[in-house]
Amino acid sequence: MAGIEAFGAYVPLYRMKREDIARAWGGASQGGERAVANFDEDSVTMAVAAAVDCLKGIDRDTVDAVYFATTTSPYREKLGATIIAYALDLKREVATNDFTDCLRAGSMALRAALDAVKAGSAKRVLVVAADTRIGAPRSEFEQSFGDGAAAFLVGTKDLAATVDATYSHADDIMDFWRTRPEDLIKTGDDRLVSHDFIKTSEDRFVITEGYLRNVQEGVSKLLEKCEIRPRDITKAVFYAPDARRHKEIVPSLGFDPKTQVQESMFDKMGNTGCAFAPMLLVAALESAKPGDKIVFATYGDGCDAMLVRATEHVADGKGKRGIQGFLASKRYISNYEKYMTHRSLVPTESQRRPPLVSSVPVLWRDRKWILSLNASRCKSCGRAFFPPQRICLYCHSKDEFDYVRLSDRKGKVFTFNVDNLALTQDAPEIFCRVHLEGDVGFYCRMTDRDPDKVAIDMPVEMTFRKFHEAGGYNNYFWKCMPIR
Amino acid sequence: MNPAAIRDKVAIIGMGCTKFGELWEQSLDDMIIDATYEAFDDAGVGADDIEAAWVGTQMSSFTGATLAMPLKLKNMPITRVENACGTGQDTLRAASFAVACGAYDMVLVVGVEKLKDSGLSGLPDPFNHPVYGQGATAPGRWALGATRYFAANKLSPQEGKGVLAKIAVKNHYNGSMHPKAHFQRAITKEQAINAPIIAFPLGLFDCCPTTDGAAAAIVCRADLAKKYRDDYVTVKGFGVAIGPGWGKEDFDYNYEFLPETIAAGKQAYAAAGITDPRKDLSLAEIHDCFTIAELMEYEALGFSEMGHAKDDVEAGTFELKGRLPVNSDGGLKSFGHPVGASGIRMCYEIYKQLQGKAQLPARQLKNPKMGLAMAQGGHPGFLMPIIAILGLPA
Repeated sequence: MAGIEAFGAYVPLYRMKREDIARAWGGASQGGERAVANFDEDSVTMAVAAAVDCLKGIDRDTVDAVYFATTTSPYREKLGATIIAYALDLKREVATNDFTDCLRAGSMALRAALDAVKAGSAKRVLVVAADTRIGAPRSEFEQSFGDGAAAFLVGTKDLAATVDATYSHADDIMDFWRTRPEDLIKTGDDRLVSHDFIKTSEDRFVITEGYLRNVQEGVSKLLEKCEIRPRDITKAVFYAPDARRHKEIVPSLGFDPKTQVQESMFDKMGNTGCAFAPMLLVAALESAKPGDKIVFATYGDGCDAMLVRATEHVADGKGKRGIQGFLASKRYISNYEKYMTHRSLVPTESQRRPPLVSSVPVLWRDRKWILSLNASRCKSCGRAFFPPQRICLYCHSKDEFDYVRLSDRKGKVFTFNVDNLALTQDAPEIFCRVHLEGDVGFYCRMTDRDPDKVAIDMPVEMTFRKFHEAGGYNNYFWKCMPIR
Repeated sequence: MNPAAIRDKVAIIGMGCTKFGELWEQSLDDMIIDATYEAFDDAGVGADDIEAAWVGTQMSSFTGATLAMPLKLKNMPITRVENACGTGQDTLRAASFAVACGAYDMVLVVGVEKLKDSGLSGLPDPFNHPVYGQGATAPGRWALGATRYFAANKLSPQEGKGVLAKIAVKNHYNGSMHPKAHFQRAITKEQAINAPIIAFPLGLFDCCPTTDGAAAAIVCRADLAKKYRDDYVTVKGFGVAIGPGWGKEDFDYNYEFLPETIAAGKQAYAAAGITDPRKDLSLAEIHDCFTIAELMEYEALGFSEMGHAKDDVEAGTFELKGRLPVNSDGGLKSFGHPVGASGIRMCYEIYKQLQGKAQLPARQLKNPKMGLAMAQGGHPGFLMPIIAILGLPA
């Protein structure tokens, strides 16, 4: 039987109070706070973080496929799932697939993964949903959206949760859409960024004929199919555009709002797009007891609904930090203007510095260590080096080494600086040498940090980030960050 | 191997040095012409007396034509040399070996760098991997050493900055008396400590400026030098130690000392016959691209005991009137660092001091006999120090 073996999530460190956005535009605050990706994060890097959370203790060579769901892929053409597979250092014989262009992409990917495992074409499929949707400045979406990611390992062994039934229907309606980029902005590092902010129709129409009708239909058809009454459900997990709609839809679905509904976390992280309902499912599984029955419903050009049942292994399936862990670890972005700069929403002055450079052949040649973060360990003397070295610094043996993955190691800061001169979107930049478990030195940047609190011996972990866009494409690599 | 093979075989009979600074009105060619012709005039020779030439520049130009074009040298062996911040010393070294072996009687050496035409601040980053080490800066890389050096020597960042500030004050004071320095202004310790942070723990006055400049030397066989002048100086020896550049990644390297510079010092001392650098040297021009570099070099070059450079700084050992004046012309802190020119500029200071011709009496050292000029490319963990030692003829 196909189901969920493990689940994880990722919420970026930074949060922005909605009142800060309201202050900027003079409008009303929707209350609470939303999660915001750091300047060096995008949907791909957040998907990697959620996948790492989910794959805790799991042999990565057993992953047969990666399904990446997002409405905010960094590329219009080029797979995100393949970048994710490389960052996770998965085997080469891995099937990769992106599910895009719809708020339902997360559940579509999950359903496709279940089908693949059921059909026997894959034993284990990693499903990752991540979104960094940008609401136009001053729009209600700017406040209601949040950034985040969820991950599931779909398989057959020691299932944490089974998926007992699925239901889908399609409905073509102009509710939310994007066509082509508009609004060119020239940023401080001389990039021309085009934004294609989410368009929508008259909201009462969209809510009534789109969201409410589809989710009501999906949930009731699923329950009908399973011959289950709403009151037999332990928890209802469903997409909603915002806190108000999340509350409003409950009575019509037949659930008790006090006991049967998974908290929306709207006031803590916001609507994280196609990752939103999957993240709520992860949260529900984190607190589920064996036997709990969960209804999971998503919306977008129709509805996907699933009946998920927690097994006796549900606690073992939990990610390293999960939703609760990541929500508890946070820092506030210092101001709204910084958020605007991070998301390239305002033109800023170019820095009088040489342009950043990149090289496609170098990125390709070095992908084993740039993306997969492998060091070399000398077979004769055992010393490890990052980046990998053909000739050992200690014993001079040539081409005698094994690759060792560093991305899942913790470390400590050995030395550091706080560099105000370094070219970065968020000065000062911290450069440091960290000593990782297994006696490997890693010279790297530090992200998600408080510059005033960086110190020798500070514990750190690795995180996959976007460095820059030189060459007109994303240059990804790893940084260290204080342990969250 | 005979490290002393070159000792006293080669003489410097003339030197020139442009004013260092933001030379908006001067081109690379102008600086080469001015430095070279000052050296020609100083030696009493001209372009027709030169048989070969070497030009050192890190990034301003390529090929020997860098000299041939402005100086109109015709069909002569000219080589361009590059070895990071030690380019100047390595250019002199290449020329010296050629003269010492008898291939040429008289050659020209020029070090030059034009940094202020780029329209950008600071040095371009020659390290161009798309992501690894991308965006790192020179002060940031030296700050990694400072953080560790302070911790290892039980100095709080504030105490450490106090020691570095004294070095900045010394070098700016020395530079205030040199008419060719980029900055000719003394500063106070408070100014240095309270300056804006560039890369913590290094502040503005811990860093040298970006500067244009050129310097030149006429090198000839030592046995012919007397024909040109009585007060020539001789080359005593060189030391070059290029590290594999693995300090950042080498788990064992602790950033608390400069192993390559220790090795280069040992080579140079063996070449020059120096047993106690603190006694045998009358002055030293060393690489104060950042004040922490000068502090760590005191120990690497044996001027101070390991871990005790701070005590010598406090005692004033390296001040103009101290036991071993270091950077008597103001160093990179006052002259800036036009990369290819700096090593020759350091030699220019030693040459003038040995001749008793320091521009102002106040900065003339008493009876100096031997001086060391060390420039050091890279940063802790990735160094390429190059040393030239000059002295009075044997």
